[in-house]
Amino acid sequence: MSGLQTLLYKEMLRFWKVAFQTIAGPVLTAMLYLLIFGHALEDHVKVYDQVSYTAFLVPGLAMMSLLQNAFANSSSSLIMSKVMGNLVFILLTPLSYWHWYVAYVGAAVVRGLVVGAGVFVIAAFFTHIGFAQPWFILAFAVMGAALMGTLGLIAGLWAEKFDQLAAFQNFVVMPMTFLSGVFYSIHSLPAFWQGVSHFNPFFYMIDGFRYGFFGVSDVSPWLSLSVVGLSLLVVSGVALQLLRSGYKIRS
Amino acid sequence: MPAISFQSISKAYSSPKGPPGTTFLAVDHVSLAIEEGEFFGLLGPNGAGKTTMISMLAGLTRPSSGSASVLGHDVQKDFADARRQLGVVPQELVFDPFFNVREALRIQSGYFGVKNNDAWIDELLENLGLADKADANMRQLSGGMKRRVLVAQALVHKPPVIVLDEPTAGVDVELRQTLWQFIAKLNKQGHTVLLTTHYLEEAEALCSRIAMLKSGRIVALDHTSTLLKAASSNVLRFKVDGELPLALAAQARITGRIVQFPAHNALEIEHFLSAVRESGLLAQDVEIRKADLEDVFLDVMAQNKGSVHGVGVTA
Repeated sequence: MSGLQTLLYKEMLRFWKVAFQTIAGPVLTAMLYLLIFGHALEDHVKVYDQVSYTAFLVPGLAMMSLLQNAFANSSSSLIMSKVMGNLVFILLTPLSYWHWYVAYVGAAVVRGLVVGAGVFVIAAFFTHIGFAQPWFILAFAVMGAALMGTLGLIAGLWAEKFDQLAAFQNFVVMPMTFLSGVFYSIHSLPAFWQGVSHFNPFFYMIDGFRYGFFGVSDVSPWLSLSVVGLSLLVVSGVALQLLRSGYKIRS
Repeated sequence: MPAISFQSISKAYSSPKGPPGTTFLAVDHVSLAIEEGEFFGLLGPNGAGKTTMISMLAGLTRPSSGSASVLGHDVQKDFADARRQLGVVPQELVFDPFFNVREALRIQSGYFGVKNNDAWIDELLENLGLADKADANMRQLSGGMKRRVLVAQALVHKPPVIVLDEPTAGVDVELRQTLWQFIAKLNKQGHTVLLTTHYLEEAEALCSRIAMLKSGRIVALDHTSTLLKAASSNVLRFKVDGELPLALAAQARITGRIVQFPAHNALEIEHFLSAVRESGLLAQDVEIRKADLEDVFLDVMAQNKGSVHGVGVTA
């Protein structure tokens, strides 16, 4: 294996060794959301005419889990290595900043996709979901996971303590994912909050991803794809620059 | 071509004391060349800049000015090649709790692109007394065992240049013996070794050349044998119950009851012993021994006591 492949393998092995916590746990949490919200709201909420509320919920929950876990993977790996000091093993190697980026984000994408797929597979036992546009599903899943893996990388570099990372996760990532239309269509919101939602990049990830399943969405999937793609480019540029300058890892 | 070369290298950190903008030079324009195959010792008190120099060599810290290279590869411009030539044992006892010893070594090997390295990994485990711990998780190992793994990780890609930053700090005698035998063997095979240690007897026994660092500057640099010759050739050592007069104490090295005076000849020895007697004290267990590296080190540090190098204000 090359140096890059080894770092990618190590990052994947790291989450795989604690798969109960990193994969099974998030899948179970998403299932609880599905059971409780699906049961409570199935007969009261109708978002799209041909789609049951439980079916509507599944892509949103799968994407939410995918995004949160992609973020958690790169950020927790980096902060743990920084706090425990074992990041030095990677800092001493000939790996370039590009290698770091590809390996950390790559592993985050894999974990995000595994968790997202897990949610989807189990949810398929409860409700029928179609695949109207499979390429959109794949594109939004991979780009969304990459975007969040990159954000996690930035947060992991920035944070010096676990509670700083927890603050980022609880006060930025969680609200933005919850308020992105996982549980509802933004058309059900008052006009003001509809407007606000359009500034939330998570909304485009979930709306575009859902389009892949149902062929209907709140905004054009091409607009969503552009917003997600552009956001990915911007955060990747920031992450690469931070890695190149050795931000908080090389004094 | 030197194995390790520092060219007028400096590292400034912002100083916690003084007005904003005050900087502290942890390393102050140091130039040093270590030839291939040398066993070189870098000595100095805490905060002298030893670890900062090693960190700059390893790419963990960026120099404020100057440069460093490993076997001709600049550590910044040509960092990948420089790091391939370098194996560093860090001072801190760090480990990755997710992996066992063999996994940690395979992964470290992979970072350097070294494939099918199990034969060398087995040899490392055997030589460092880790063979029966290969499948143990890093968390289960004692401090000494973790230190051995750190050494193995540094050597896993067979680097021609090995840097050991206080590798025997706080470890038992057995590991020290095992480690030094192994490192000496590697040195005989042609590996260059740069060592920092607080155990001066180790440096004296192992290093062919030594640099002493104080306040970020080299204050002595020579072959170990030359440094030893240059020092006062003998040391008068005895025990006393009571305090020596101040004027006498200023010339001595005192550790609890043990008093040591540097002495060049019999006259000086007689002078010290009579001064002790006149102060009403009795010198016991008197012995005269050859000066060692510790005496040299203390002499050099004492000569540079007033050193104020390293403090400055950035414009």
